[in-house]
Amino acid sequence: MSGHQKSFWTKYIFSTDHKMIAKQFLWLGMFFLFFGGALAMLIRWQLGYPEQPVPLIGNWMWPGDGGIINPDIYNQMFTMHGTIMIFWAITPLLIGAFGNFIIPLQIGAGDMAFPKLNLFSFWTMFLASLILLSSYLLPTGTAAGGWTSYPPLSSPAGGIPGLGQTIWTVALIFMGVSSMMGAINYITTVVRMRAPGMDYFKMPLSVWGLFLTSILNAVFVPVIAAGLVMLLLDQTIGTEFFLAGRLASGDPGDPLLFQHVFWIFGHPEVYILILPVWGIISDLLSVFSRKPAFGYRVTAIAMCTVTALSTLVWGHHMYTTGMSPLLGKSFMFLTLLISIPSAMFFLNWLGTMWKGSIHFTSPMLFSIGVIWVFGLGGLTGLYNATITADIYLHDTMFVVGHFHYTLAASVMFGSFAAIYFWFPRMFGRKLDSRLGKIHFWGTFISINFVFFNMMVLGYAGHHRRIYNPSEYSFLEPLTGLNEWISIFSFLLGVFQVVFLINMVWSMFKKERSPQNPWKATTLEWTMDYPIPHGNFEETPLVHNGPHEYSRPDIKDRDWLGQNERITV
Amino acid sequence: MNQTLTVKDPFGTATTGKLAMWLFLAMDAITFAAILMGGIYLRLRTDMWGDAGQVLNIPLTSFNTFLLIMSSFTMVMALDAIKKNDIKGLKLFLSLTILGGVSFLGIQIYEYAHFIIGNAELGQALQATGLKGDSFLWTSGTYGATFYATTSFHGLHVLTGVIYLSVIFYQSNKGMYSSANYDRIEIAGLFWHFVDLVWILVFTIIYLI
Repeated sequence: MSGHQKSFWTKYIFSTDHKMIAKQFLWLGMFFLFFGGALAMLIRWQLGYPEQPVPLIGNWMWPGDGGIINPDIYNQMFTMHGTIMIFWAITPLLIGAFGNFIIPLQIGAGDMAFPKLNLFSFWTMFLASLILLSSYLLPTGTAAGGWTSYPPLSSPAGGIPGLGQTIWTVALIFMGVSSMMGAINYITTVVRMRAPGMDYFKMPLSVWGLFLTSILNAVFVPVIAAGLVMLLLDQTIGTEFFLAGRLASGDPGDPLLFQHVFWIFGHPEVYILILPVWGIISDLLSVFSRKPAFGYRVTAIAMCTVTALSTLVWGHHMYTTGMSPLLGKSFMFLTLLISIPSAMFFLNWLGTMWKGSIHFTSPMLFSIGVIWVFGLGGLTGLYNATITADIYLHDTMFVVGHFHYTLAASVMFGSFAAIYFWFPRMFGRKLDSRLGKIHFWGTFISINFVFFNMMVLGYAGHHRRIYNPSEYSFLEPLTGLNEWISIFSFLLGVFQVVFLINMVWSMFKKERSPQNPWKATTLEWTMDYPIPHGNFEETPLVHNGPHEYSRPDIKDRDWLGQNERITV
Repeated sequence: MNQTLTVKDPFGTATTGKLAMWLFLAMDAITFAAILMGGIYLRLRTDMWGDAGQVLNIPLTSFNTFLLIMSSFTMVMALDAIKKNDIKGLKLFLSLTILGGVSFLGIQIYEYAHFIIGNAELGQALQATGLKGDSFLWTSGTYGATFYATTSFHGLHVLTGVIYLSVIFYQSNKGMYSSANYDRIEIAGLFWHFVDLVWILVFTIIYLI
């Protein structure tokens, strides 16, 4: 396979090798993670120290305002923070990078089913990134209507001035096309390319999570694509799908239609992002507890159940839009129903660790971190799902705290766990574990401080998108708390720099990692580094499930690879 | 202990390419569903929905529907021909299919031009629904927006199909296909039948109901 020489371009840039495309997605995602993180810290500066000049960079960035973030810039910041983190940081990191990297390796395939489609998927995503970033060059600035871009805020009539919103829409359409290409590829790969013996119920749970994510992507990205095209037509050629009572013509388009279309996609989107994390940490907890994953089948089936239920709950984002109480209650019931399968695999995670021989490595610490932050995020979700509580909490910092626990904290911890775990497979070296521990504890403490106290703010009535909290007398008692949250969010940023240093330093250090440093059973650890194009010299035969740890019938070691047969 | 290891595949002998096309079509169907449902939602909220019989040219579009269905039929004939290794028949029926698609697009362009230029008769029909002006445009209320968004999205699919089938025709001309190798033609056929099938829904919802 590696016989013929490849040029720099075909090896590193326009590669069709899923492992190289995974790395491309990884760097794209990391870039935007830090970009979005910087935006978050600027937002926190304004909320903690309202209308004070931003230190160090303020005078350079906004000399006209004396280094102060003005309200327009502030709106652009939280819009771009949300958009970038969800669509350009988490999606490429988890689905783009790890989807690409581990699906073919773990199911014993030589590559994706459609390597060229994979290549197009990345470069479409790259194009989408350039389009999105190009809006920073506009004199009127970027999109500023929030990551949800509800009309009329995102419409030209009475909305955000300038082309920022239009560029946002175009960038998201391209991003959606990239996701759809990925989804087709991942689903066909899992259905078609599994090695002999790799039944669905022998697949590692990471593959299960990514597979279900791809199904949700395939079903719901087309919906938002249709909605975005309609929004784009409104923005460019003057149709009026979402414009209420335009020119008093008596023929209203309906902004609510956009909200429905957005959330029909938007709610499954949160599961699109969290399902890979559920899968990955289910596997990792088993590896580092040296025990089979507790209730493997139950976890897989519960994840499928959540996938199915997630399609029927979008209305819980719209309780305050005046929907009929009967409809509201139905959405509430279906939403609360999700807590049952979620609780099942949550208990399975604890069951996996119970009486295990736990190794507190960096990936394990982050996996345990996910249990904590996802537990809190899930429990606070119950408040938002309940109509009576949500009408009070809607659009407050409580919601911000809640979804950052589930999306930001859980998904970030899951991504970090994955990076620490598979780094030896991607770059041949292990990440430094002492820096890893500093990174974990720093991140864990600061992230909990930030998001837990955001919920406290919200409970006290702090609205989520206000520019200057000091302008409201009822928020005055919260000034100190707001300031502390900001301080801890800056700390959170500092600890990510530790991670970046660790990553770059470890990538170039001399000391190679052993082939299977974690003594894991899955197929991606069975070949030497660097993994050749085509992955497996001969197609592996799968004899065992993915979690054969501490089998009593094997004496000399505590694990059995999926492709190994017991010879006793 | 000498079990043979296999993978259960619920999709039988379908090639991977065909599987991917089915997935793509499922996603495309959902996109159409979203647009059509959006149109229905808007229609239920307004009194200013045009009377299709007055505003739109139903006989002409019925003929167009007939053309598209016939092109689906010739597509089946094309596939049948290559299964019998009849390259000549394949090329004949492929070109008829492409011709059907091109004619459909031509008639659609004529229809659009007619609406955009407008006339007094059309103006009267629009007046009856409360819309102003003599021409029917995408800015003519939610009705116009829905009409143009739905039909042009379908038109783009026909255009894609025509280009797709032209590539297949070019490849047949170069002798790429035989009775042992016609999977790509079958996959292209799936796309073409889908475009036809969706049109039946678009025609019913936009023109007939």
